[in-house]
Amino acid sequence: MHMHNIRIIYKRELDGYFNSPMAYIFLVIFAVVNGYFFTNTFFLFGQSDLRMLFDIVPLVYLFFIPAVSMGLIAKENNIGTMETISTLPLNTYEFVLGKFLAGFFLILIGLGATAIHFITLASVGTNVDYGAIFSGYLGLALMGAMYTAVGTYASSVTDNQVVAFIIGVFLVLVFYMLDKTLVFVPHSIAGIIQFLAVDYHLSNISRGVIDSRNLIYFFSVIGFFIFLTIQTLEVRRWK
Amino acid sequence: MIKVTDLSKNYGAVEAVKSISFNIQDGEIVGFLGANGAGKTTTLKMMTGYLVPTSGQIEFNDLNIIDDAHEIQKQIGYLPELNPLYMEMRVYEYLEFLAGIRKIIGRQFKEALSRVIEECGLRGVVHKNIADCSKGYRQRIGLAAAMIHDPKILILDEPVTGLDPNQIVEIRGLIKQLGKEKLVFMSSHILQEIQATVDRIMIINQGEIVANGTSDELMSNFMGNVILNMEVKGAAPETIEHIQAKVPSVKFVSLNTSNDIQQIQFEYGKDQDPREDLFRYAVENHWTILKMTPHTTNLEDIFRDLTTESDAHA
Repeated sequence: MHMHNIRIIYKRELDGYFNSPMAYIFLVIFAVVNGYFFTNTFFLFGQSDLRMLFDIVPLVYLFFIPAVSMGLIAKENNIGTMETISTLPLNTYEFVLGKFLAGFFLILIGLGATAIHFITLASVGTNVDYGAIFSGYLGLALMGAMYTAVGTYASSVTDNQVVAFIIGVFLVLVFYMLDKTLVFVPHSIAGIIQFLAVDYHLSNISRGVIDSRNLIYFFSVIGFFIFLTIQTLEVRRWK
Repeated sequence: MIKVTDLSKNYGAVEAVKSISFNIQDGEIVGFLGANGAGKTTTLKMMTGYLVPTSGQIEFNDLNIIDDAHEIQKQIGYLPELNPLYMEMRVYEYLEFLAGIRKIIGRQFKEALSRVIEECGLRGVVHKNIADCSKGYRQRIGLAAAMIHDPKILILDEPVTGLDPNQIVEIRGLIKQLGKEKLVFMSSHILQEIQATVDRIMIINQGEIVANGTSDELMSNFMGNVILNMEVKGAAPETIEHIQAKVPSVKFVSLNTSNDIQQIQFEYGKDQDPREDLFRYAVENHWTILKMTPHTTNLEDIFRDLTTESDAHA
């Protein structure tokens, strides 16, 4: 694996985010929405935890991450730079990983900005459970990485960023909604559906249970969508 | 040296490129000419490894594009059609990005940058955003991007399309300069754009190569008969139509009479010149010659013939 090439793609993408208003708009909206819903109830309930934040971020993610990742590959296809990229001595997986990591890094910045609420909590709260906060953030980071991988894939199947966004939202919604459908499905497949649902794994990790099953879930979904993205780009060359 | 053998590409049921073969030697500048949709861009995209051929071979010296794509891509500089660029980047950032992937970093990059700035005339725009550069400059940026690693082979898809006449002359000069030490393969759909620049022309039509040679070779291979337009006064119609009996090398084509001036069109083979015989015949038959203009086929006509003929069949 050539880290060098991945880093160059990653850096260019990240510069691209910050050279345009995109990154700033995303981050401000992300911070404002999370901040609003968190602070609204934080002082009302007077509980020394970030549970409200950990509940709201997955909802904001549903739209925020597909928006961040919609342009990753669709834009290159749209403006034609994909052709320049494809004729460089660069492996498709290096390109896809660089893109994915750039998108994920922006998500991490957004997530990092919510640390302001943690500081509020640490300064006014009592008996703060730091372990729960750590595992809550870990869960959100993993979920962010997973949604970014899904969004990167959505961005690879079309030249149109809006279409990529819609596909991305649809796919992450499926993962998000799966365990809400459990009551409607036959008992025999309920277990599988539950295992595929992202909330099931997120809530395990958020509770502080960092089980290898949950980690394997996140890493395999990420790996699967990165793999699908690479295949999608390779297949285009054969058409 | 590039060797293309029986190269084909199908898009679904559409055969974009039909089993073409050609060679290009080192140091040659070859023009790839064809109407829009003839298969030029598809061919170039396969040669640069962007598209995978349906069948056939593309070899660069001993390497082939399927097995050794990256090795070949290290040696190629490619300017895609429409010259896609990252508009939000600064010129040097873009060049630094491409150079980085080609492992040209640090001092090596600085040297490469000053070389392409010099060669492509980019002084003054290096720190500008690409979006703020004019079309002519963007084309140069595209060329600089293709040349940042000093490749032995340059593949340029429509490098002068959309430029104004002065810019065309500049870019042509640049390509000609580059062609002294590099193999250059450039496409165009306009003959004049490349006729002045290239050593050899290949014409592609409907996915097939219909001509391949220097301008002179194409002229002698494909030149048809000469059309002679005459304007005369006082010619009796029968003396015009029966001219072939006296001047056997010409063939009567058409006659137009307006007022008392006759416009006559004759045709004769490209190796003959019966104008003196025609003059004498005119004098004998008391014609007054007002005008006599032979029209020889030029490369433009050949190109048009070669690229429209089969359109009619299709």
